[in-house]
Amino acid sequence: MIPELGHFALILALMLAVLLAVVPMAGVVRRDLTLQHSAGALSAGLFVFLLLSYACLTQAFLQDDFSVAYVANNSNALLPWYYKVSAVWGAHEGSFLLWTLIMGGWTLAVALRSEALPTAMLARVLSVMGALTVGFILFLLMTSNPFERVLPVAAAEGADLNPQLQDFGLIVHPPMLYTGYVGFSVAFAFAIAALLSGRLDAAWARWSRPWTNLAWAFLSVGIALGSWWAYYELGWGGWWFWDAVENASFMPWLVGTALIHSLAVTEKRGVFKSWTVLLAIAAFSLSLLGAFIVRSGVLTSVHAFAVDPERGMFILVFLLLVVGSALVLYALRAPVMRAEARYEGLSREVMLLANNIVLVVSTAAVLLGTLYPLVYESLTGGGKISVGPPYFNAVFVPLMVLLLLIMAPAPLARWKRTGAAQLMRSLSKVALASVALGLVLPLVVTGALELWPVLSVMLGAWITLALLVDALERVRNKQGLPAKLRGLKTLGAGYGGMVLAHLGVAVTALGIALTTTYSTERDVRLAPGDSVTLGPRTYLFEGVAPLEGPNYVADQGTVRVFQNGQPIAVLHPEKRRYLARQMVMTEADIDPGFFRDLYVALGEPLGEGAWALRVHDKPFVRWVWFGGVLMMFGGLMAAFDRRYRRLKLRDQAALAGALAS
Amino acid sequence: MSRTSLFLPLGLFLLMAFMLWRGFALNDPHELPSALLNQPLPDFQKTRLADGAPVARQDLLGTPFLLNVWATWCPTCKAEHAELNRIAARYAVPLVGVNYKDDGPAARAWLARYGDPYRLSVVDEDGSLGIELGVYGAPETFIVDGDGIIRYKRVGAVDRRVWEEEIRPVLQNLGLPLEEPRA
Repeated sequence: MIPELGHFALILALMLAVLLAVVPMAGVVRRDLTLQHSAGALSAGLFVFLLLSYACLTQAFLQDDFSVAYVANNSNALLPWYYKVSAVWGAHEGSFLLWTLIMGGWTLAVALRSEALPTAMLARVLSVMGALTVGFILFLLMTSNPFERVLPVAAAEGADLNPQLQDFGLIVHPPMLYTGYVGFSVAFAFAIAALLSGRLDAAWARWSRPWTNLAWAFLSVGIALGSWWAYYELGWGGWWFWDAVENASFMPWLVGTALIHSLAVTEKRGVFKSWTVLLAIAAFSLSLLGAFIVRSGVLTSVHAFAVDPERGMFILVFLLLVVGSALVLYALRAPVMRAEARYEGLSREVMLLANNIVLVVSTAAVLLGTLYPLVYESLTGGGKISVGPPYFNAVFVPLMVLLLLIMAPAPLARWKRTGAAQLMRSLSKVALASVALGLVLPLVVTGALELWPVLSVMLGAWITLALLVDALERVRNKQGLPAKLRGLKTLGAGYGGMVLAHLGVAVTALGIALTTTYSTERDVRLAPGDSVTLGPRTYLFEGVAPLEGPNYVADQGTVRVFQNGQPIAVLHPEKRRYLARQMVMTEADIDPGFFRDLYVALGEPLGEGAWALRVHDKPFVRWVWFGGVLMMFGGLMAAFDRRYRRLKLRDQAALAGALAS
Repeated sequence: MSRTSLFLPLGLFLLMAFMLWRGFALNDPHELPSALLNQPLPDFQKTRLADGAPVARQDLLGTPFLLNVWATWCPTCKAEHAELNRIAARYAVPLVGVNYKDDGPAARAWLARYGDPYRLSVVDEDGSLGIELGVYGAPETFIVDGDGIIRYKRVGAVDRRVWEEEIRPVLQNLGLPLEEPRA
């Protein structure tokens, strides 16, 4: 009964989405305010029914209703309750229902938080989001119904959730990632609404900015969580594989980053309008492309869901409709770029333009690498090839170095024009200090100079010190420390968010460079009582004991770690056999630290109590994800800058004045 | 800049969508491209992963076998590895690995850690055998009959369903006694 209720709620949600797509837009065309105002109520109704539908599916998991095919395939009575709740998004159908629910959430959020928006504009935005939701729900109902029953014979036991997914990572990674992906639909909807109305102005950019920051913040932390999860769950210490699906999430992030900066220029200087609109369309289009790649099985990947050509074809047609019509609208309505303003060589807008070019070229490089096997195949009619991490690293790393170079001067540069002399004065000391730090720090700590650590410390210092110099210059006129701190506070959340996010990028870049260079690992055969030394630490293997989990049995090893003769950690790597699927999983155990991770994975038993063990020493690996967390807080902080609300009220007053006169 | 140039993104997108569609239509992952079906396994002179001893095409022939392309950089290979171990342990079908564009020591460590289902693994460090085989991405699995003719190809992971519904029937048709699992 409950699954049918969920199915029915989903159908009702489809009706409401159709109404939302049609009625407010018709209201705009017919200048009917009542119809326009219906957008808010329709958004709320849509969200409520999506939530109801989603709750029904969750309930089916909690009740172990194995007559529902999706539950039977992805759950098991022995599964702990929190994995039952997250198993809802453990495979294709349920995860897309979550995606659709999140879409409903963003729609409702826009409806609730946009009281200052002109009614017609809000009606257009919500209609566009409604139209997208129609596509999503149709996709669910037509190709991926999670409520389908396997009556009359229900399975007695579920097939269980894929053991690789039975982890905290599943609980947090997909919801964050999807919130980011789908969040770009708001910027997309604003762009389409602006193109439709012809109002591509500073106000439009200002409305889009907080939403874009928010989506970007979620996507940043979603990607970081995914990388962290892969690191500890896949069991061989890697944290990024240039896998097609990782790339699918990374491309919207790159374009979203470009969009954030381009929106700033459009708001402040009124230029780059067409370019900004195009980026807003591209960011969401790449999210949809990601969904296509993941769910069509067109590229093989560790994340790939069950292959189904029908689903792939649906998404492809949807992609064609959504992106195609958006780009047609763009071609017809975007303002033809004129020399709207003169660009001075060292102005902030020129630096942000450079940022945009680097980010878009990087996206193109990733896109090319991801789709190259397909492109090649189309051109040759069946010749199949593979592109591996070597391509991505060779192309991507130099581009990122360039981006990090630009990141330091851009916040210091002023709009319109910046005195070259002034910029030089501020930055020459920073440059000197960065080069010195880059040479001295690695040399002192490791006694050797290697390219990537030196370069990354230089670039990290370059960005960090430039931010510091900039902040100090902004409070130069304040006397005394308390006054200076108060002065910093008045710079606003937007500025603080920028600083945090930029620091996050520097931290991630440092983490990547340092952990890649300095990580060491050893594979050894250890009998109980044997030990292995890696770097300054000794790992003593004490043997393996059986362990019984809720839905698995395991061999649990005990490894004591000593440094300078002192015990510093006890690690318990496991080899688990999951009962329902008879799958063996390696659960590495990690002693995490700010400056290093100690990582031990259990391999195969080698007889007589001896086991194959892999021991990793991974310096700075946490920085890779810590930077992502900083970026998230930066994005959130910027999104909630009070400036947006203040300016919204000003826009509203201006509009009211215009209507009154 | 003129209005016409604003159509550029649309053009690029349509081009990409066409590629996706072609790739998607051509690349049904369950299907062996007709060009490769019933063709002989390409000739090669390579080395064995375990000890560096030379191995060539004719060393593999005799009985039908599974040829599995794998690499340590390939997360999906890890995902399918348990199933390969299970097949190797329970059924009388030889598995031959092709260690594709990989690092030798890392690959040996990987097999030591996760179990080695392969009778032997052929080292294809430069990917030349992969090109001959039309490898699109690891993992891929081929069925080669006793005369060295490719009878089946799978792009992507082998799981229990693929084994039961696709691979096992083909092997049985080739005369391998797979009815009863070995005790």
